Amino acid sequence: MSAALDIIQDPTLTYHQELLALARLGESTDDSLRYSDEYYKAKDSRALCDLNEGVMPYRPRYICPDYSLLFTKGCAFLELDPPQDLAEALNSLMILYHHVPSITSFPVYLGDLDALLEPFVLKEDRAYAKKLLGLFLKQIDKTLTDSFVHADIGPGASVTGELLMELTEEMQLAIPNLTLKYDPAVTPEDFALKAVNCMLKTAKPSFANHGMFVKEWGEKYAIASCYNGLMQAGGGYTLPRLRLYECSLAAKSVEDFLDRVLPYYADLQFEYMDKRVKFIVEESSFFKTNFLVTEGFVKRENFTGMFGLVGLAECCNHLLGIEDPKKGFGLNDEATALGRRIMDRLSELVEAHEAPYCESTGHRYRLHAQVGIDSDGREDAPGTRIPIGAEPAMLDQLAVNEQFHPYFPTGTGDIFKFEETWMKTPEAVLPIIKGSLARGLRYFSGYLENNDVVRVTGYLVKRSEIDKLTAGRQSLNNVTVFGKGAKDFGGALDRRVQKQDENRDH
Amino acid sequence: MKTGIINKIIAFSNVDGPGNRTAVFFQGCNLHCLFCHNPETIHRCVGCGLCVEKCPQWALKRNEAAGSRPVEAGKTAGMAGGRPDETAPVPPILWTPSLCVDCDTCIKTCPHLASPKVQYMTAEALRDKIRRTAPYINGVSFSGGECTQQRDFLMEVIPLIRELGLGVLLDSNGTYDFEQDPELLRIIDGVMLDIKAADPAFCRTLTGAGPELPFRNLDFLQRAGKLEEVRTVLFPHHPEQNEATVRAAASRLRPDVRYKLLRYRPFGVRQEGLDFLGGEITPEAEGEHLAALARSLGAENSVTV
Ligand code: SF4
Ligand code: SF4
Repeated sequence: MSAALDIIQDPTLTYHQELLALARLGESTDDSLRYSDEYYKAKDSRALCDLNEGVMPYRPRYICPDYSLLFTKGCAFLELDPPQDLAEALNSLMILYHHVPSITSFPVYLGDLDALLEPFVLKEDRAYAKKLLGLFLKQIDKTLTDSFVHADIGPGASVTGELLMELTEEMQLAIPNLTLKYDPAVTPEDFALKAVNCMLKTAKPSFANHGMFVKEWGEKYAIASCYNGLMQAGGGYTLPRLRLYECSLAAKSVEDFLDRVLPYYADLQFEYMDKRVKFIVEESSFFKTNFLVTEGFVKRENFTGMFGLVGLAECCNHLLGIEDPKKGFGLNDEATALGRRIMDRLSELVEAHEAPYCESTGHRYRLHAQVGIDSDGREDAPGTRIPIGAEPAMLDQLAVNEQFHPYFPTGTGDIFKFEETWMKTPEAVLPIIKGSLARGLRYFSGYLENNDVVRVTGYLVKRSEIDKLTAGRQSLNNVTVFGKGAKDFGGALDRRVQKQDENRDH
Repeated sequence: MKTGIINKIIAFSNVDGPGNRTAVFFQGCNLHCLFCHNPETIHRCVGCGLCVEKCPQWALKRNEAAGSRPVEAGKTAGMAGGRPDETAPVPPILWTPSLCVDCDTCIKTCPHLASPKVQYMTAEALRDKIRRTAPYINGVSFSGGECTQQRDFLMEVIPLIRELGLGVLLDSNGTYDFEQDPELLRIIDGVMLDIKAADPAFCRTLTGAGPELPFRNLDFLQRAGKLEEVRTVLFPHHPEQNEATVRAAASRLRPDVRYKLLRYRPFGVRQEGLDFLGGEITPEAEGEHLAALARSLGAENSVTV
């Protein structure tokens, strides 16, 4: 049987999923983009991972268009005039979304929907606006079938934001992912409470540390895909990962890891990124001819490369000879301090490397705590997270996260699972979010146990969809298959529940 | 320097006052309510040692330092004249939290409504713990047991907590005469007050004390602007008593004071209590009905949970 036939005969893939798999297969037939032998060796040892980005990049990994252009100038390529009312605005957006590529071929950033739509929403009767927005969300859920599709709201309050949250609650849709850009100085308390309420019921929105992102990126930043910080009118070229646990296997000691092993693998990852970025910019047609570029929806100089990593916890535990994760990184000051040393070292390395075509980020790549994929199993926890099952009580989990989130301008986050009684007290959840953001947390996601929509590691899936897939049926959401892997191999759904007694402090 | 005897600290609690609060539960109570959900907080450990042998984790051992202080059976260690001796209490049993797996065998074993899993802390040590939770909370609540039993410790620790910029609420069974203690009143934001029953005989059977002082406290604290909330537990087989209590409390309450009607749940209740009150949950309809009654009597901020 051929690989193509395997895809074509797979009963769990939808037509569109088959098409993507076949495209990937086609892409893999060319090998003109070559790397050093050391790179391939490191990849085979699983110390490096390219996240299956494909060997011949024909578009940047993440694209975050400046959608406001669509509303001021329209789009010549798509023959769209600036919209005059809400129906036209939503229609134009849906059309443009269809033409925004990404690694998954679905748009990973839908725009700051409240800022874009508020003027149109205010002109309509509230019920009618809600009806249109509901249809819009439904169409997104059923056509942009991938949970890495992400919309942003905030930091200010808006009717649009309110309606989107109401609809998210009523419709219980997994797509799109939603972030509230949160700044306690700007976001009114009652709007933030509505967002908490919605988060407890639907696992979204997540809360992004607006002040922190603005300092790093300026006002025009996007939260895209899982929780990725990028420039609007820009994006991310590529996102490979160091699998730090596997990297640590090559080290003889902590010092050896910091002095020799880490720089060695970082250099190989730089090699991959440099070549790939140059290829995307110089060889593929995207930055030369795609209308998003030629009409200014994105600008090449606003793209950057994302230097990803997973498995910091397991790396530290291995280097210190700690076998039980419950006594390791995040729960043991020595292991956590080593984590900081490793991150300091890695930041230095990234800071010292001159990155091609990354003007907006000072010709440097930016660190990303990657959220994990199913094949990571239990060896590498997402980014710098404490491994599932070993998470301490929320207070300590927050304290650890606050130390590591500042390292990752292109994104990191953690998930806090609340026990049911918290649903009735959003006013008790908000101070936790506020306090942690003020202390350096970048991105807070929370959800309540026993929901159908479940946040697996950074993306959302429906529990019932996972069960369907287990039963061998198709699931419309491309991500469900990852969710299933993470559930089966990583125990992601066994995440610790934030119960009262777990905060108990002996 | 005083020492507080603490059963547990919940870093983030959403059910001990408004918002997110750190809740500190003191060990020891002067009542012995039949419906108590944490009966192991009622008395101090007498050092009988029964639990020590039962612990599967060897997390407990006798404290030799305490052995030299004889404790009469039935009396609580470190107690003098009903009030704890807060100056130099010594734990009769030493508990090692890192070995403990929270199986609660010790608590089930203890015949004295006590727990060996308590912490003896100075005010500074407690303040330092709360310093860590301070960024995430709206305030601190002292509960129990009965926190006013350790009044002198409160007087030491509350000013330290206020220095962290946090307000403090007390959760009280209503048997402490707040009117006689303006100093304590001045440093707290308010009291969450239990009104357990209005009928004197029923109240005595239920709690071991009469209803007079709790009601006097209700009136006084309300006048003084220190009544944060009133709570009444509704029992499954005593609708007339429930109604009498709710009527008596609600007719005195100002519209803005939160009045919580808590439906009795049998979880954690000891056998003696189950025998008297039953193993059922008070019907939701009765809770709703009484909350509506309370609102109609002027306690507009009444809810049932
Ligand atoms: S709860 Fe802890 S101290 Fe008590 S018996 Fe179990 S292990 Fe021992
Ligand atoms: S906790 Fe109870 S059983 Fe254990 S020593 Fe103290 S009084 Fe005895």
